[in-house]
Amino acid sequence: MISHETIEKNLGLLIVLTILIVSVGGLVQIVPLFFQTSTTTAVAGLKPYTALQLSGRDIYIREGCVGCHSQMIRPFRAETERYGHYSVAGEFLYDRPFLWGSKRTGPDLHRVGGRYSDAWHVAHLMNPRDVVPESNMPAYPWLDRPLEDAAIQKKMRMLNVVGHGYSEQEISDAPAALESKTELDAVVAYLQVLGTHAPKN
Amino acid sequence: MSDFTHGFWPLYISVLTLVSIIGTWVFLKSQTTRKLAPGEKPELIEHTWDGDLQDLNNPLPRWWLGLFYGTLVFALAYLVLWPGLGNYAGVLKWTQIGEYEAEVQAAEAQFQPLYAGFMKQDIATVAADPNARAIGKNLFLTYCSQCHGSDAAGSRGFPNLTDGDWLYGGDPDTIKATLTDGRAGVMPALGEALGAQGTKEVANYVLSLSGRKHDTALAATGKTKFAENCAACHMPDGTGMQAMGAPNLTDKVWLYGGSEATIIESIAKGRNGVMPAMAQTLGTTSNKDAKLHLLAAYVYGLSQKQ
Repeated sequence: MISHETIEKNLGLLIVLTILIVSVGGLVQIVPLFFQTSTTTAVAGLKPYTALQLSGRDIYIREGCVGCHSQMIRPFRAETERYGHYSVAGEFLYDRPFLWGSKRTGPDLHRVGGRYSDAWHVAHLMNPRDVVPESNMPAYPWLDRPLEDAAIQKKMRMLNVVGHGYSEQEISDAPAALESKTELDAVVAYLQVLGTHAPKN
Repeated sequence: MSDFTHGFWPLYISVLTLVSIIGTWVFLKSQTTRKLAPGEKPELIEHTWDGDLQDLNNPLPRWWLGLFYGTLVFALAYLVLWPGLGNYAGVLKWTQIGEYEAEVQAAEAQFQPLYAGFMKQDIATVAADPNARAIGKNLFLTYCSQCHGSDAAGSRGFPNLTDGDWLYGGDPDTIKATLTDGRAGVMPALGEALGAQGTKEVANYVLSLSGRKHDTALAATGKTKFAENCAACHMPDGTGMQAMGAPNLTDKVWLYGGSEATIIESIAKGRNGVMPAMAQTLGTTSNKDAKLHLLAAYVYGLSQKQ
């Protein structure tokens, strides 16, 4: 066995051994996830975000919604009673990056799709107090402006590189799909599709 | 969940995990010098820095070594009892979902008898039960308050449930149907059909229906336009039709506001009032039917106690 002295006096060897030791965790816990059916197969019905939903998702990221809202329902009864079926890995196949979050100043949003009407979301984003007087969520009135997302086609092409599978037709139709929409429309479109492919039970 | 795409992966995980645990053990053992005998001097390492600095190779403290070996023993015991080594399920057969389902079953077993009692009663009876109201209120705050408000008084575009005025009907069965399947109320946009002047005329006629301040001349011309464009849903006398969810225009209840400007907006741009189907939202919770029953009773009760 190599003696302590040898390791201490050979910097290269020390570096190699250190890397070996610290990489075990990642090799055991992360790498196998790329080779599991449950983490690499989409749940039934899951589709890549449409152009409008994708733009809305980027606005969700821009406005920092993830700072107060998680998108991860844990398998505890208290959570499934309030939000719906616990989140499963196959629902996040087209989420790049993941927006799971870790802070719940507001409620979890993973199953918010279909829970409220579009009109509710618009009223709520413009001023949350109009519909929920107790709310401490900031208002986002500036979202009521024309949606401008010149990079939408580029984004879709980039996502195709990692396997989102947008057709040429979908990509060429994208700018038209965003035309005369507001940022509100995009965010609401994104929110309304969130978690709508929950496993049935 | 261990559903690996290839049999290599469980093996890969198990081998790496065990080799690293055992390897750490062996390595630490090989680097540990024995405990010094009383009076024995520790080994002096043969190097000198800065002229006079030298190292003593003292043995590692026993308590530290003990803790380290302790963590290795803990790791092995853990891997025997719980899942961790590839496909091996562990002696305890524990799974995250198994624990969740046990939690749900325990809760169901606890609440089921209570719910079963309420399910045997009709909605009006349940609504009169203080215990049912307490449960119903909790359910309402969880699932309904976001739109209808925690006091159930609603807000602009979201109906007040306490005023006894109903778009689709306030009898127990209708309330339950509304909750279960949701509603989609559509007021079509008539701005183009009526034109700016026509819209203003109809708006003034609508104002006159509930005796609000209005321009009599405009209302008079608006009356015919109302009969042609609005009466099919709101009825010729403006009292509305619950089968369509068309509101009564002759009372003092205004979902979107009763000013001339708001009424013009409603007529010109239309309105879409959506009540989501709660059967879907409650779809994954336990005792779903009982919860719909209790919610319907709570909402029915809100409009009964005056």
